[in-house]
Amino acid sequence: MEPAAGALTNPPRASSLGIVACGVCGSVQPADATACTRCGAPLRRQKRDSLARTWALLIAALIFYVPANALPVMYTKVLGPGGESTILEGIVEFWKSGSWDIATLIFVASVGVPVTKFLVIGTLLLAAHRRTTWARPQRARLYRFVEAIGYWSMLDVIVVALVSALLHFRALGTAEPRLGIVFFGLVVVLMMLAAASFDARLIWSADT
Amino acid sequence: MSEKRLPPTMSDPHVKADDQRKAVAAQLHTLIVCEQCDAVFSRLSFAPDESAFCRQCGAVLYRGSRLTTRDLLALTFAAAILFIVANVAPAIRITVSGMHNEVTLWEAVAALWHGYAVVMGVLAGIALIAVPALQIALLLWILGFAALDRRAPGAAMGLRLLHAMRPWSMIEVFMLGVLVAIVKLSALLHVVPGPGTYATMALAILLAIIAKRDVRSLWNRLPAH
Repeated sequence: MEPAAGALTNPPRASSLGIVACGVCGSVQPADATACTRCGAPLRRQKRDSLARTWALLIAALIFYVPANALPVMYTKVLGPGGESTILEGIVEFWKSGSWDIATLIFVASVGVPVTKFLVIGTLLLAAHRRTTWARPQRARLYRFVEAIGYWSMLDVIVVALVSALLHFRALGTAEPRLGIVFFGLVVVLMMLAAASFDARLIWSADT
Repeated sequence: MSEKRLPPTMSDPHVKADDQRKAVAAQLHTLIVCEQCDAVFSRLSFAPDESAFCRQCGAVLYRGSRLTTRDLLALTFAAAILFIVANVAPAIRITVSGMHNEVTLWEAVAALWHGYAVVMGVLAGIALIAVPALQIALLLWILGFAALDRRAPGAAMGLRLLHAMRPWSMIEVFMLGVLVAIVKLSALLHVVPGPGTYATMALAILLAIIAKRDVRSLWNRLPAH
């Protein structure tokens, strides 16, 4: 591909050319149109109330993250006395039993991914408020990264579901979900919604 | 990274804003806008398997594919069969003191439908069953008509739904969950993966190809009528 004329200058913005791209199908429409002529979706130049919504979802997720970690996520009883365990206790248990690989996997999905998302979305929000030009391409890449990894945190919810479904032997072994898993699942959903409500165009909106 | 040359009217700062707008309005179909940073590029003709990335932020502008509409339809049929297998064939089997138990995708979701965990049961039902089923059904409908060179009734609504559902399909996470559950229980019991696990693995790969990566390019496969 040959470079565009004046490759060092920034490409023009859709908003300054009086056009808008449909957020659903991607077709380009005049900025005064209200609905996409190709797919019928309503046209918006920006995601609605992006900053306020993303903050609200991030803060709600942070609050829910406390009971998600403090409360037990599962009750298990196999060939002996039963007990409840939190997410972190589950990871420690795997580590002690020698499954350091599975312990690492669950740690990444249940702690690494949500904490990374909190930090990245928080940083993106603060930078968007300051309308800074700092590290724009890197921030754009970080945004795509957290948007892509978020749903892997559902791993713990699925493990609890599988183990609860399998262990139904009354005296020999049972397992049941506990309240912590509900809070944890809600954290995952809230953070997925937070990533979706953040408008990546805010990274580029300060005109300098 | 591909870059698309801008039409001269748009890169020339001396053209008045009004004239520029008119010029742009006349060539809407030749433009492509980055959904992540609002940068405008002019659309060049792509080879079928070429992808274009935004010069400014690096996001995907257009993702190419070597697959024809008929290829996609065939993969969707395969996904439909695998989805049924994954829901009826056990994913994990366990044995304790001569007693057996097994669980399918469907039963794992149902295990959460008790008490307060029902919130997660609904979520798991959406992410593991309802969304994948709807994705497969809509693709069969839309691609089936497209393969006969016709536009499916409700195609626009269907593609909008497919676009909205993309982040909420989590079959691949279920696959990883099966692996973790097997390791977790194998310390205490005799555990073996069932045929449902292999069906789920293949389904995750097919769904990634047909429904996850780029729903937008499906618009170009739709006949006008």
